Amino acid sequence: MKYVPDATADRQFESDNTVDRVGVDGLLSELDEYAVEQALQLKEKTEGEHEVIALCVGPEKAVDAARKALQMGADRAVHVVDDAIAGSDYVATSLVLAKAIEKIGTCDLVVCGMASTDASGSVVPAMLAERLNLPQVTLASVVEAQGDQVRIKRDNEGSTEVIGATLPIVLSVTDQTGEARYPSFKGIMAAKKKPLETLSLSDLGIEADQVGLAVAWSQVEETTERPPRTAGEIVTDEDGSGAVALAEFLASKKFI
Amino acid sequence: MSEVLVVIDHAEGEVKKPTYELLTIARRLGEPSAVFFGSADKADAVAEKVKKYGAEKVYVIDDADVEGYLVAPKAEAMQQLAEKAGGEGGLAAILFPSSFEGKEVAARLAIKIESGLITDAVDVQEGPVTTQSVFAGSYTVTAKVTKGTPIITVKPNSAAPEETEGAAAVEAFTPTISDGAKTAQIIASQPRQSTGRPDLTEAAIVVSGGRGTGGNFEPIENFADSLGAAVGASRAAVDSGWMPHAFQVGQTGKTVSPQLYVANGISGAIQHRAGMQTSKTIVAVNKDDEAPIFELVDFGVVGDLHTVLPAATEEITKRKG
Repeated sequence: MKYVPDATADRQFESDNTVDRVGVDGLLSELDEYAVEQALQLKEKTEGEHEVIALCVGPEKAVDAARKALQMGADRAVHVVDDAIAGSDYVATSLVLAKAIEKIGTCDLVVCGMASTDASGSVVPAMLAERLNLPQVTLASVVEAQGDQVRIKRDNEGSTEVIGATLPIVLSVTDQTGEARYPSFKGIMAAKKKPLETLSLSDLGIEADQVGLAVAWSQVEETTERPPRTAGEIVTDEDGSGAVALAEFLASKKFI
Repeated sequence: MSEVLVVIDHAEGEVKKPTYELLTIARRLGEPSAVFFGSADKADAVAEKVKKYGAEKVYVIDDADVEGYLVAPKAEAMQQLAEKAGGEGGLAAILFPSSFEGKEVAARLAIKIESGLITDAVDVQEGPVTTQSVFAGSYTVTAKVTKGTPIITVKPNSAAPEETEGAAAVEAFTPTISDGAKTAQIIASQPRQSTGRPDLTEAAIVVSGGRGTGGNFEPIENFADSLGAAVGASRAAVDSGWMPHAFQVGQTGKTVSPQLYVANGISGAIQHRAGMQTSKTIVAVNKDDEAPIFELVDFGVVGDLHTVLPAATEEITKRKG
């Protein structure tokens, strides 16, 4: 799960070209809520044979993302926090996640959101699968599991596919898997008693110079804020005048 | 000059426009070699097409072990091809279309060959230096890969395809695919029925409908057809079951960046804006003059799409003569 700056706020970059995570309120990435939901549903179907563990990597405040997952119903949470992680790219992030998953132990299923709502890269699940040497099944819209066999329906670019795989796998889900539940009052109270473990890089056997901004395999050189779009011409339709004005505009831009 | 590998975006051998854009970009960085994953029967026809955009070589990877599974075998094939093609000078870059599959193969490849990855570039210049548009288009970011072979995924409509003759020498390449990569099997695949309209992600014009359509997409479709446009939908329209998810524009659907985007009956929630804000020209038709979409538009009509669009369609058809 990823803790991200609120997309409805005014998101900015810091002077070192990393994302400003202090000036803007953060929250659990909306798309990761669907991942938590799917994990809970699969657990409910197996009647408690499994445990849902929420994992997030991020600064102190990112613990809020882990707490949200606990409130939704996850059994326990793991938060990896270490100053050295700041500014990590996809590659380093996937390393930290992979090491944390190995540390947690045997996981049957690693569920991710289809993308984060800040960088929208969609590549961390694939990198994680590569590092864990597992198959990845991404963009799932329907997930069915029976024993160690999973069937997933997904919309690929030009087709609808059914994928069959044997656990363990790395799965990413879309908003089509179903509405994520809101934490109930009972859930919020129960979350306070659930285990929340904090891990550092040394707990995971990662050296500080394997992660962070300085060693990122890609570097941002410059960030430029775009001037906000200035509102263009707006007309009010009266007796068909709107349609004529619209056609006129499109013709002036050579779209007709 | 070092080679640049360009992975061809195609459907059953029909090469898509983003491939020509990638080849045009590749020529700024080195000597383009196109990579075709698909049936060897179609290789000559594909080579003929990419030749016109400067492909010097066309590597053909026709392998049942690649086709029947999700991305892991493609990543293994790309790793082996990169090692072979790289040779002494190394590769200048590896370019993928910014589709979900393109990004996922690129992601696995980046870990395998220990190379940096930049996704969703909207421009790539010599260096290579990439440009990305982030935070729903509110920032422009330039970046560079600092380790290994630059792996870059590029969004559709990022370059105007430029024709030039290449040698397009066809070369079969047979990768060795591990059993471990063949564990997510495609059991069934149903190609989406063609609407006869351009593909949403690569169309020059996109006309979308939202909650304000009330479920009637006919005015949207007719208007789109008068402009030769693709049809899209907001999440509200998809959640209501009016349009399939494949048509959804926005954060959890497709990201589009056409020359012209026309939003009809769409209020303009941040999730929708994230998917269309980089469109060059934005037009909206909405009854609600306070809809946030109007903050973004180059031109807006406050009015009912059910009357404005049919009249505009008629006007456009008349003007086209």
